[in-house]
Amino acid sequence: MSAPLTAWVEGVGVLGPGLRNWPTASSVLAGEVPYEATPTSIPALECLPPAERRRTGKVVRLALAVGLEATAREGTERAALPAVFSSSGGDGENLHEICQVLASADRQISPTRFHNSVHNASSGYWGIATGATAPSNALCAYDASFAAGLLEALVQARIDETAVLLIAYDVDYPQPIRSVRPIPDAFGVALLLTPAARPHSLARLTVQLCAAPAERLPDAPLEALRAQIPAARSLPLLRRLARSEAGAAMIEYQGSQSLHIEVSPCH
Amino acid sequence: MKPLALSAFTASSCLGRGLDPTLAALAAGRTGLKPCAFETVTLETFVGEVAGVDEERLPAGFEEFECRNNRLAYLGLRQDGFDEAVRAAAGRLGRARIGVWLGTSTSGILETELAYRRRAPGTGALPGDFRYRGAHNTFSVAAFVQRALRLEGPAAVISSACSSSAKVFASARRAIEAGMVDAAVVGGVDSLCLTTLYGFHSLQLVARNPCRPFDAEREGLSIGEAAAFALLEPADRKLSAPAVLLLGTGESSDAWHMSAPHPEGRGAGAAMRQALAAASLDAAQIDYINFHGTGTASNDAAEARAVAAVLGTKVPGSSTKGATGHTLGAAGALEAVICALALRQGLLPGGVNTISLDPQLKVNYLRESRHARLDAVMSNSFGFGGSNCSLVLGKAG
Repeated sequence: MSAPLTAWVEGVGVLGPGLRNWPTASSVLAGEVPYEATPTSIPALECLPPAERRRTGKVVRLALAVGLEATAREGTERAALPAVFSSSGGDGENLHEICQVLASADRQISPTRFHNSVHNASSGYWGIATGATAPSNALCAYDASFAAGLLEALVQARIDETAVLLIAYDVDYPQPIRSVRPIPDAFGVALLLTPAARPHSLARLTVQLCAAPAERLPDAPLEALRAQIPAARSLPLLRRLARSEAGAAMIEYQGSQSLHIEVSPCH
Repeated sequence: MKPLALSAFTASSCLGRGLDPTLAALAAGRTGLKPCAFETVTLETFVGEVAGVDEERLPAGFEEFECRNNRLAYLGLRQDGFDEAVRAAAGRLGRARIGVWLGTSTSGILETELAYRRRAPGTGALPGDFRYRGAHNTFSVAAFVQRALRLEGPAAVISSACSSSAKVFASARRAIEAGMVDAAVVGGVDSLCLTTLYGFHSLQLVARNPCRPFDAEREGLSIGEAAAFALLEPADRKLSAPAVLLLGTGESSDAWHMSAPHPEGRGAGAAMRQALAAASLDAAQIDYINFHGTGTASNDAAEARAVAAVLGTKVPGSSTKGATGHTLGAAGALEAVICALALRQGLLPGGVNTISLDPQLKVNYLRESRHARLDAVMSNSFGFGGSNCSLVLGKAG
C-alpha cells in the first residue's frame, strides 16, 4: 500500500464475552477493572418493528447492537451514514437449520430462514431499523474480516469524503459445524470513522499494510478472545483507544501481513 | 470518478465457456436454461447449469479448495486468456499491487449441504473429509482465485446477495483511486446449490418454466450459475482498441424489506442516479440498459418505475436472465461483462423468453438483438436486504 489511509474514530461499540458495551470494555482494556469472561449477552432489539424483530437471529442483533452504540451520540445521522458490515461467516445457527432440513426427506426450508441466510442480512435489517438508504457493504475475508472491513471503510471515507460506520461481528456455530469452525462465543465491534477530525473525535488512525506479525495482548484471557474470534482481532486497536495511548496497534490481516495502525488520541 | 479500463474480461455461464459462445447465444437470442436435473433436486423448474463443472479438477496443491464453486471459478479464469492477462499485469505491476474483490452469495455451501447428509448416525458429526474453510466459507472463492493467480494484494469477498459482484467494481475502483492497489481482479462466482433452489422456491419466486422478464405473465426467476471476471486498471495506460471502460458506479440501500424491493424502486433509482453522476453523463447518453430483470412480479415492476424515473421510457433495455438465468452473486459481474461485450461488438442483446410485454412496465424492452453503435451502457443489480448497485460502462475514445 503506497500511501497510508487516515481516518478519525468518533464512536465505538463493543459487545463480547464479559464486554457488554464500550465503557465496560474500555475500563477492562485500560486495566482499570479485571476481565471476567462471562458469556456474551446480546440485548433484544427495540429499534425494529415487532414483525421484523421476531425474524432476527443472534447475528443480526449483535451487529445492530454495536452499530447503535457507535452511533449513539446525538446528532449522528444514521440514515445518511454509509456502512461496511464484515463477518467471517454470518449466521451459523441459521445455516445449520437450513442444512439440516435440506438433508432430510422434506426439503421445504422456511422462507424467513432463507432470506436471513444472506451474508448481508445484518445490513438489510440495519437499513430497516435506522432508515439508512446510504450504500452498505457486506464483506467476508475469513479470519481477516475485521481488517478487510476496516480497509474498505477507510478507503470509502477517503474517496467518497464521508463518515463510514464499520461493523465487524462473528457468532459461535452450533454443532456439528462448530467442530470445524470453533468460534467459542459472539463478538461484535463497530467504529464510526470520519475523513476529518470533528469535535468529538477520539483518535486519528493512520493505517498501512506491513509484513509483521499481529500484536498479542498481554492479558491471557483477552489474548485468547483475540485469537479465537475473528472480530476480536480488533482488540489491540481497541486497547489503544481505551488507554488513549499513542502508538501502533498491529492487527491481523492476510497471509503474513498485518495492518499497522498508528493511533493518535485527540485529547 | 476516474474511468478504469476493463483490460481483460471473461464470462462462463450456461451459454458456454468464455466470450465467443456467450456472444453467439446473445446475438441469436438463444437461452441456456434447461429443465432442472441438478443433483437430487426434485423441483419443477428450469436452471442455467454450466456444463462439465464437476469434471473440472483444481490444480495439485489446491485440494483444500475443492468444491463446485471453486471448480467453476477455475474453469472461468482460464477462458479468453484471462489468467494470462492477469499474470502479465502482475509482471508489470507486482503481485502485491493487484487486489482481488469477488462477489458470491453462497460460495461453496453445497459442500456443507452434502456433508450434512453424511453426518455420523448417533453423534451427528460431519465426515472427516469435510473442509469448511476452503470448501464452504464465503471468502473461499477469493482465497482460491488469489492463490490460483499468484496474487498477493488485498483480497475480499463481497456478499450482498444478488448485487455482490456489481459492488466489487465499486470497491475496487475506490481502492485503485486511493492508491491501495494499482489494478484489481473483480468478478463473481456463484454455483447451483440446494439452499438457493429450495430457498427461492419457499418464497414462491421460482418460475416453473424458463423465466420471462418483463412479461405480463412472468411467474418468477430461473436460477443459474456463472463465473465472470474483469481486470480493472487505470485507463491512462495505452490500451488495445476498442477498450471498454468502467465510467461510474452507484450504490444504495432500500431500507425497506429483506426480500422485496421498495415498490417505487427508490433505492434502485438512487443507485442509477449516482452511477450517472459518477460517470458525468446525462440520462440521454445511456444507449442500452441491462436490467436486473429477474422475472419476479415485484422486481420488474419496481425496476421499471425506477428506470422510467431516471432514464425515461425510451432507452432500449433488456434482461439477459432469460438466457443465463439469475446467477445471483455472479449476476453483477456476468452482466457487466455482457455489457462490455455489447459495447465492443455494437450489439444490443434482446431479452429471450419474453412473449408479451407487461403493459404496466413503461420501458423500451428489446426482444430482438440488434446491432447499433453503443457509447455508454448501464447495468443494474439489486439484492436481498435492499442492496442496490448500478454500473455505467463505456467505450474509450
